Amino acid sequence: MVELHGITKRFPGVVANKDIELTVDKGTIHAIVGENGAGKSTLMKILYGVQQPDEGTIMVDGNELRLRTPSDAIAAGIGMVFQHFQLADNFTVLENVVLGAEGLHGIGDSARDTIRELSDGYGLGIDPEALVADLGVGARQRIEILKVLYRGARIIILDEPTAVLVPQEVSELFDNLRGLTAEGFTVIFISHKLDEVLQVADAITVIRRGTTVAEVDPKRVTARQLAELMVGTELPSAHTEQSTVTDTPVLTIEATSLDNPFGGPRLLDGIDLTIHTGEIVGIAGVEGNGQAELVEVIMGMREPSAGRILLGELDTSTWQTREIREAGIGYIPEDRHRHGLLLESPLWENVVLGHQTEPTYRTGPGRWLINSSAAKKETQQIVVQYDVRTPSIDVTSGSLSGGNQQKLIIGREMRRNPRVLVAAHPTRGVDVGAQAAIWGHIRDARRNGLGVLLISADLDELVGLSDTIRVILRGRIVGQFNPDTVTREELGAAMTGAVADDARADPKEQGH
Amino acid sequence: MSTRFDARRILRAIAAPVLAVVVAVVVTSLILAAANDPVGQVWSVILSPPKPRVVAAIINAATVYYLSAVAVAIGFKMNLFNIGVDGQYRIAAFFAALVAGQGWLPGPLNVLLGLAVAVLTGGIWAAVAGILKVWRGVSEVISTIMLNAIATFLVALLLRKAALEPGGSNIVQTKPIPESSRVPGFPLIPGSSREIYGLVILAILVGIAYWFVLNKTRFGFDLRATGASETAAVASGVNVGRMVAVSMIISGGVAGLVGMPLLFGQDYSYGSTFQPGLGFAGIAIALLGRNHPVGIAFAALLWSFLDQQSNALQIQAGVSDKLVLVIQGVIVLSVVIAYEIVRRANVRLEQRRVAARLAAEAGTPLQGARA
Repeated sequence: MVELHGITKRFPGVVANKDIELTVDKGTIHAIVGENGAGKSTLMKILYGVQQPDEGTIMVDGNELRLRTPSDAIAAGIGMVFQHFQLADNFTVLENVVLGAEGLHGIGDSARDTIRELSDGYGLGIDPEALVADLGVGARQRIEILKVLYRGARIIILDEPTAVLVPQEVSELFDNLRGLTAEGFTVIFISHKLDEVLQVADAITVIRRGTTVAEVDPKRVTARQLAELMVGTELPSAHTEQSTVTDTPVLTIEATSLDNPFGGPRLLDGIDLTIHTGEIVGIAGVEGNGQAELVEVIMGMREPSAGRILLGELDTSTWQTREIREAGIGYIPEDRHRHGLLLESPLWENVVLGHQTEPTYRTGPGRWLINSSAAKKETQQIVVQYDVRTPSIDVTSGSLSGGNQQKLIIGREMRRNPRVLVAAHPTRGVDVGAQAAIWGHIRDARRNGLGVLLISADLDELVGLSDTIRVILRGRIVGQFNPDTVTREELGAAMTGAVADDARADPKEQGH
Repeated sequence: MSTRFDARRILRAIAAPVLAVVVAVVVTSLILAAANDPVGQVWSVILSPPKPRVVAAIINAATVYYLSAVAVAIGFKMNLFNIGVDGQYRIAAFFAALVAGQGWLPGPLNVLLGLAVAVLTGGIWAAVAGILKVWRGVSEVISTIMLNAIATFLVALLLRKAALEPGGSNIVQTKPIPESSRVPGFPLIPGSSREIYGLVILAILVGIAYWFVLNKTRFGFDLRATGASETAAVASGVNVGRMVAVSMIISGGVAGLVGMPLLFGQDYSYGSTFQPGLGFAGIAIALLGRNHPVGIAFAALLWSFLDQQSNALQIQAGVSDKLVLVIQGVIVLSVVIAYEIVRRANVRLEQRRVAARLAAEAGTPLQGARA
């Protein structure tokens, strides 16, 4: 039995976790659900010893533990399967499993036998001699689980384990997890996918804004109720705005494909998509189904293998990123730390980033120089207009909280009056206040005739903002829905491919 | 507020190198003590005020080091590790000497021609590494090391073919530069007949240009952005491949200038005795000077100060002058560590400061900083 009491963890400017109460019974699958940025990952890092709580206690089987490092957690029988696998491709399964745990059963026959035993015992179907490079995503995940079991874990944490899996693999994973709990293992399952959680969990704890708000029984709760618990009273107002959609296409994607440079199925396969001025087109999909590639192709970071992309009348398919940005496409990247900001540079330099060739920011003969005073003035205005909470524009962008970083990025893009905005997960990892503000800015821009491509994992955000929703699955657009009438279940089914054929076959659904 | 902020920033900037030098002194003293060498005497020799003649030598050596370190720093700003400065400056100096030795142009024009040839040669040599990296993803660390070796043998080979051999001597060298194209020195140090290289001006100009291009121009912005975060630079529209090639070529071009004060102010020809190893010293000095144009100047002076002061060690303290290499090595090692520690501390400090200021403004602790 795992008990967490009063866990609080503060980061500069944010309280990531506050008074977390969690009780997980032995031999059960316990799901922890919450929106992106609700504090699930921080909680799991605390439980796995990656981070130390500022307050609160962790008890396993009645003993209070102090977990300073993951080794402490492993010693206490807690193992973690990360969302991003930590496997060496050019090693065999055996080598991957024993790596870092050579002391347990050596690296030879004894280790191999143990792996076989575990694999057979829990139906993981893993051959210790197989090369990891040859294995698929589902098998790799089972290796990660095996690694955890091999190290003697009795409590297994899985962080968003289904994000990378296709539906069949998801049900296989769930069978494996049920097998484990039958043997007395305890599984803690983190997710924001409600249907999956309801399907597999024995108990559910909901986290909202860093704190546990409810523990519910999956048999007595609906997906709708769970969603309300997750977002609280802040449920997005479902589309009360008048449509501002026009007939003028501003971004047209025609039969665009992207080959996988490493072979295998195409990353994008014949995408057709038109965004009109004043329209928000939402893209729904399980992560890793081509959303990131679609953005990269539009932004010119990758060149499409086939098809063309038109900005207004201009074919931009072979343009460089800089030309595309100059032509008027604003970009809110999915990962603001990696793609959106220079974390150790002051705010004003971050405002210039992505707009280095913007005339406002240039000066001197031949406009070769950066006009830092103009950039600082502009930054000051963004800070005021977009409510970026910062003591000054000379601080580094890395010292701001996530929501304020994102507001700075939105302001930087919007102030340049783009014709199209490509927004990938614009409110991921930001708090509710910033989220509402960002939604407001996107709606305002739409009213002024901006075309928006909105990619999000947050269905409420998609439904609340979009004029039309497309579903992307394995690099293809597999469905088109009207956000006013679509249900969560319909979207979910299309995203996992369950009824993709039905949706395509139904002309009424396409007609929206 | 802003002046206090700046004062603090300067303090932070010099904290690390000062710390590193102190650590180096302590470690070196421990080594000396362990070897039963006279610790106090060694330091009194090294720290004794240099004679005017030595001061001139220090400034001259620092001039050359400075150019080398700026060449390395250009790469560092892009996260490129140009280890090839050593090969680039030698091959550049050889060709510059070869061309300038012909005396095709009169007087100062011949000097300019020599400098242009040097920049071009250094740039071309570095371009090989840059292009290999962009096209084939070859690490510039590996390719520049290899190009250093190739440069060494190539120059040796060409020198045999192109050089005059003064009868009876085994010194091989290119044809000396005509008298009219030698750059006169400045008699800046009173009490010394040794002059400061005339091309110290070149080093100063390169330093100013380095600062200006990096901090004021669009190219410099792109370069710094790429160095700070390649992924963010790509998303912002920087063509990273082209930036890699261009900055490598510029780095090599500046590297080409490294040997010029020696060529036009002292040696007047390229021979087998031309000073080696300047490129590697440049790496250490760029690290110590934190890639900052002024920082590098101080680092270069410290480096050549240690070099020159070590000459007297053997005679006056009975300790090998190689000791100074230990000191320099420890300085670099500790400076790298110290910078990283100070950098991380700064990041945390700034986050905390911003959070605290926001909390104070909002009137509620911590919670107010959200949103």
